[in-house]
Amino acid sequence: MSMVFEIIGGALLLIGSIFLFLGGLGIFRMPDVYNRLQAGTKATTLGGMSLILGVGFLMVETNWAWLVKAAIIVIFIAFSNPISSHALARAMYKRKRYPIITSKDENMDAYREAYENEKKEEDA
Amino acid sequence: MKELTFNEKLERFILNWLFLMIVWVAFTTSFAVAELVTGAIVSMIISLLSIRMFTCCKLSILAPKRIFYMIVYFFVFIIALIKANFDVARRVLTPSLPINPGIVKFKTKLKTDYSKMVLANSITLTPGTLSVDIIDDTFYIHWIDVKTTDPEKAYKDIAWQFEKILLKIF
Repeated sequence: MSMVFEIIGGALLLIGSIFLFLGGLGIFRMPDVYNRLQAGTKATTLGGMSLILGVGFLMVETNWAWLVKAAIIVIFIAFSNPISSHALARAMYKRKRYPIITSKDENMDAYREAYENEKKEEDA
Repeated sequence: MKELTFNEKLERFILNWLFLMIVWVAFTTSFAVAELVTGAIVSMIISLLSIRMFTCCKLSILAPKRIFYMIVYFFVFIIALIKANFDVARRVLTPSLPINPGIVKFKTKLKTDYSKMVLANSITLTPGTLSVDIIDDTFYIHWIDVKTTDPEKAYKDIAWQFEKILLKIF
């Protein structure tokens, strides 16, 4: 039985580190802050989750409590990670770092209008 | 803030107590009597103090049908998260960096703040989308590869798979 847990844990560690590496590469390659957040958030969420679960599986032979605690931490990550990226994206928009838009379509930035209306109300 | 009736307070208190107790047992991972009693007392005090803060749901959230849909939601979410990671991997590893970013908006049918938060979190973790802001019932979503700027179509593409389940839970 211990063999099975070791294989699962090792596989999860490997998957987690691959996705974290790809997320890092994404942050390096993407052109602006929003695209970087896109790559960063997804990769760190799944990468971090599988790393922590992997450690839980590797230690389950010594003490099963590791796996339960790892599961709780995974749930906390799933809730807190997207919130932080949402806060970063919103703060960047409020600091006037508008997203890069490559296409010619004029409706591509739907948030601009709402943002300017809100700003007018604040100034008034 | 409106005044709560006694029944509402009781409902929230019991829910918070249950939730905190589950977290306590999961963290201590022991069923010794001393541990359980300590946990019960501490979580009772915390939930008494925080009746006004944790306002997520009513006791009816524990109905079997809703719990079933929560489990369904969990699997839908995990599959979307894995897809999102492969999507990121594909974009990052393609030398030409195939992106067409923009911000789209759509309106949601969800009413409560907590369900909107869950939906926004799920959207952030699904392929190619990142929620930027929520104003009342309008979501503003940064989309890495914009397929449509029409709110209705964007809603179908991005949110529908989650919202149809969330409408049954909340």
